[in-house]
Amino acid sequence: MKWNGWGYSDTRFLFNKKGQAEFTGKRYRLSGLIIPGLKDWMEGTFGASVQHKSQATPILNSSSVQPPNLNEAFVEELKSTGVPYSHDAEDRVFRAHDCHDDVVKIVELACKHNVCLIPYGGGTSVSSALECPPEETRSIVSLDTSQMNRILWIDEKNLTAHVEAGIVGQDLERLLNESGYCTGHEPDSMEFSSLGGWVATRASGMKKNIYGNIEDLVVHMKMVTPRGVIEKSCQGPRMSTGPDIHHFILGSEGTLGVVTEVTMKIRPMPEYQKYGSVVFPNFEQGVACLREIAKQRCAPASVRLMDNEQFKFGHALKPQVSSIFTSFVDGLKKFYITKFKGFDPNRLCVATLLFEGNRDRVLQHEKQVYDIAAKFGGLAAGEDNGQRGYMLTFVIAYLRDLGMDYYVIGESFETSVPWDRVLDMCRNVKARIVHECKERGVQFPPLSTCRVTQTYDAGACVYFYFAFNYRGLSDPVHVYEQVEHAAREEILASGGSLSHHHGVGKLRKAWMRETISNVGMGMLQSVKDYVDPANIFGNRNLL
Amino acid sequence: MASKPVYSLHRNPMLKKRDDFEDVLEERRSSSDLRYALRCYTPVLYKGMTPSKASMLKSMVLQSDQLHFVMKQVSTETGKAVDDIQEEASAILEEMAHRLQLSTIRFFAYTLTKVFKNLFRSICVNEEGIQRLQQAIQEHPVVLLPSHRSYMDFLLMSYILYTYDLALPVIAAGMDFMGMKVVGEMLRMSGAFFIRRSFGGDKLYWAVFSEYVKTILKNGFAPLEFFLEGTRSRTAKSLTPKLGLLNIVMDPFFKGEVFDVNLVPVSISYERILEESLYARELLGVPKPKESTSGLFKARKVLSEDYGSIHIYFGQPVSVRSLSQGKIDRCQFNLIPRHIPKKPTEEIQGFVNDSAYRLVRAQEENMVLKPWVLLASLLLQNHHQSQASGQRPGLTRDELTQQAAWLRDLSRQYGAFLHWPDHASPSEVVSSSLSLHRGLVKMSEGRIQLAVEQGGQVNPGEPRTAVTPEEELLNRAVVILSCASYRNQALHVFLRPALLASALHAASSNHKQEVFNSFSFLRNMFSNEFILCPGATVQDFEEACFLLMKTGELQVTEHEVLVTERGQRTLGFLTNMLDPFLQGYQVVCRFLCEEASEALTEKQFIPDVRKFIIKHLLAGRLRYSEVLSSDLQKNALAALLRLGAVQKMKGAQQGTLKVNKVMVNSLEDTLGGKLPTQKAAVARL
Repeated sequence: MKWNGWGYSDTRFLFNKKGQAEFTGKRYRLSGLIIPGLKDWMEGTFGASVQHKSQATPILNSSSVQPPNLNEAFVEELKSTGVPYSHDAEDRVFRAHDCHDDVVKIVELACKHNVCLIPYGGGTSVSSALECPPEETRSIVSLDTSQMNRILWIDEKNLTAHVEAGIVGQDLERLLNESGYCTGHEPDSMEFSSLGGWVATRASGMKKNIYGNIEDLVVHMKMVTPRGVIEKSCQGPRMSTGPDIHHFILGSEGTLGVVTEVTMKIRPMPEYQKYGSVVFPNFEQGVACLREIAKQRCAPASVRLMDNEQFKFGHALKPQVSSIFTSFVDGLKKFYITKFKGFDPNRLCVATLLFEGNRDRVLQHEKQVYDIAAKFGGLAAGEDNGQRGYMLTFVIAYLRDLGMDYYVIGESFETSVPWDRVLDMCRNVKARIVHECKERGVQFPPLSTCRVTQTYDAGACVYFYFAFNYRGLSDPVHVYEQVEHAAREEILASGGSLSHHHGVGKLRKAWMRETISNVGMGMLQSVKDYVDPANIFGNRNLL
Repeated sequence: MASKPVYSLHRNPMLKKRDDFEDVLEERRSSSDLRYALRCYTPVLYKGMTPSKASMLKSMVLQSDQLHFVMKQVSTETGKAVDDIQEEASAILEEMAHRLQLSTIRFFAYTLTKVFKNLFRSICVNEEGIQRLQQAIQEHPVVLLPSHRSYMDFLLMSYILYTYDLALPVIAAGMDFMGMKVVGEMLRMSGAFFIRRSFGGDKLYWAVFSEYVKTILKNGFAPLEFFLEGTRSRTAKSLTPKLGLLNIVMDPFFKGEVFDVNLVPVSISYERILEESLYARELLGVPKPKESTSGLFKARKVLSEDYGSIHIYFGQPVSVRSLSQGKIDRCQFNLIPRHIPKKPTEEIQGFVNDSAYRLVRAQEENMVLKPWVLLASLLLQNHHQSQASGQRPGLTRDELTQQAAWLRDLSRQYGAFLHWPDHASPSEVVSSSLSLHRGLVKMSEGRIQLAVEQGGQVNPGEPRTAVTPEEELLNRAVVILSCASYRNQALHVFLRPALLASALHAASSNHKQEVFNSFSFLRNMFSNEFILCPGATVQDFEEACFLLMKTGELQVTEHEVLVTERGQRTLGFLTNMLDPFLQGYQVVCRFLCEEASEALTEKQFIPDVRKFIIKHLLAGRLRYSEVLSSDLQKNALAALLRLGAVQKMKGAQQGTLKVNKVMVNSLEDTLGGKLPTQKAAVARL
């Protein structure tokens, strides 16, 4: 794993000696391949140049990091419990090894010695939730849950599994698959993010249309708080026992305690999976089609609609074709869509689809969806394009790191919005990003693009990517933050929510009060005051 | 004294940057008009849109959620079938919609060129403004907001945009044009759409109308054009802005339906207004002739004279987004479906109102003033002074030239956009101005004066019948009012210092608070008369102090406001400028106290007050015949209604006015300086 970038150390984008883009490693479908279009796309989109490189800080050495602020009494007593810990520069974490009971011990000790605890799962947060609050003067303990990664039991009668909360998404799926099951919860970060993190942020998976979001999947959970352990007494599928206490835990972002064990729903592995894609003449038609699919409640496991910029980006990431035949077929397809069907390459957009389940039903379902798409001018564009679309979500973070090597910084953010405002919000937010970049002296036009990634009965989840070339700016990070702030303001003004699944963290705290009202803030605050009066879980997220 | 800053002050008006002008007629005079009318016309549209057909626009409006909602609502309320209501909506739309055709524009391009070349010496446009506009049209939906002084305005606007290959605007026009059959249709085909003058309670009409405008705007089919002032100003003073359409065009931004809307104030200044004496007669009570095609042909006589030049200044586009930043929380629209019509909140109404004033002031600031405007001000003041003192009227050419030069310098220091030809000597400038307006001035015994004495407007060909004193008075008033309309063009430059000068004159001491109270009272009194941004009393006071201090006419200390030696002349001039208005408002008050019967109706107010004023003028108790202007009388009544001194009755006595005589009387005395403006009085107002 990289300490200063996304993902595995062996996997990265780079420009090889010939100046061609290459994706290293063996882990992804794209790994080891040459991507001929990427260089031109980067130069064309950002005005970035392979000549202008800005290297990342290669190794972290302890001298460049401030010495730890240790609470000696706490450390001494911790030693006696046998819980391993480290305060090396790269770690600075405690590993609550084995189990729930270890966590209980640590939390008790932390309360006794007034030490600040910050739970740490996969470390994939994008809301500054894991940053240590600068105003914190106590010793801070990062409580790493990564060693609590076992499936404790599987209940095939009720189709549930009881799992330790430190388990990482891909391990959970792999282990369940071995028994013929899956959870179906697949957030884009699932390679690295943990079950406890999903619960703490109200995560959403791409196949939520079949399996549901995290709040639909959890049947039971345990959280260790300074007041003690909170859990329900039974595993009934639904209860009317006052407000659901699970909803205090879901989305609490580590401010109330540590989630240690979760019982979640499992499903038999799907018999059949099929990718697909549809090309629409423009984004408006695409959104109308998604809306219709949601209305008829026939959304496939996943459906995502990329705008034109993102379509072009996906195109740039096509690997070198291996045979003349494939390139000939690609050429034909392009001709058919742009010339024969009259689609404008600068307006068309693509939806990627994933169907899952019983083979016959998948095929029937597929037909239904393509029929709806046809009504909105959509043309089926093949399985391959669909599959590549999903693969891109896993490699995009690596690409962000490549950009940073060449003076391009970027990030993504999400929101949810009612159907009638999807188009207006997408347009306004993209325009605001361009506008703000210009205002703040960014020399090159930024990449400002979005996709609709989830459909609901009453609205959709929209994901934005935003990146710009920062050559010529004295404080690019500050500019970046200002633009992101403005973009969020625009989202809220256009009827979007503060967050669909990334959470609030510290990044979006400023908008909480207007989002949930004064009384809402008071309710959350009073829960915090009761559960954690000494602010042991002091990451200062959310409130 | 605390108030929110509404209007950003130009701390130093001398520093205002303005663009240069180009004459668009120059090229027309040397090349073929026909080729010009038939040339290739390929304007760029918003985000590369292709222009929509008028029929497509109509069906978009009829199918909109907004309209459907209101049709259903109306159907439930009235019990009529939705289909019938849809028919109605369709008919309304038919009556309203424009049918812009390029061929009509080309026709106008040809004929107007012929006419313009005949009437005007030049039509000058700031080309930088055109470039800014072109940029704006591509990036955002654009709303053009020209000033309105003449029928010419909107044909002129389309003509200019055609000339510069810009997208042709769709223009909101009053229904009265529809009376002129052929012309009405011609205008419709050149982009006008027609709105009924009043449709207060008609929900369906309002829905069709607002949806029509929004559909054009949101899709960027064409720039929208309307007149903030609502109607032509007969006095050349800007009129209090109307808010309805401005509200409609801002709404899509508030609701997030467009990223931004750009508002472009356009100032059209005429050296000589075609409707000059027509307006004066209208203000004096000769009823406005109904617009008719034959009437227009009669106007042909007008078409053979010299009307000098026209200046059209396209102002800086104003982004609604930046204008509303920090003032409007757009989240307020998040909880209700956007197609359900909702009355704008007070917050929004306030914002739209402030913006409207800002825009009208932007129009005023970029109005080009010609030297004649200054001469008219001087000659008018001279006329009244000589009348009062019994001296010989008029000024020698040297006196006038000297005074004009003084006023030129003063107005420039106040930031006026004065076009004074610097290459010519002042006396040449004066002569050429006088010759263009020779109908209004005369030379008598070497003195230049207003052409009032021989009942100026009687045509030499007609037999001189005996005229009654009243007729003679009205004939003189025509000249005075025409002249005043030129002085009015400069009023906005001098308004704030003039209010301060009058306040100093009226205040019982030089105490700053006292002067401010007096200023505040006058400003409040005249806020229907002049463009004074609501809630900006403190800024206006400061601006006035700043201007007068800068020119060394006033010393303002912490507690006192003192007039300097050299300030006397300027302050005298400024006080005289406002005096007709002060007197006018007092006369209106006196009328209401002395003459108004219990059953005075709103309709009867103007004829009655006119009679009263004529009586006073003939008796020599009043010297300003411009007080006869119905515009002033209406504004005075509006102010009194606003202040609660007069009330409109409801119910059985609908339309009658109830006068609070004590209050009106005290207002009159305060205006006349007989009563001090007490702080309490101001607060009550």
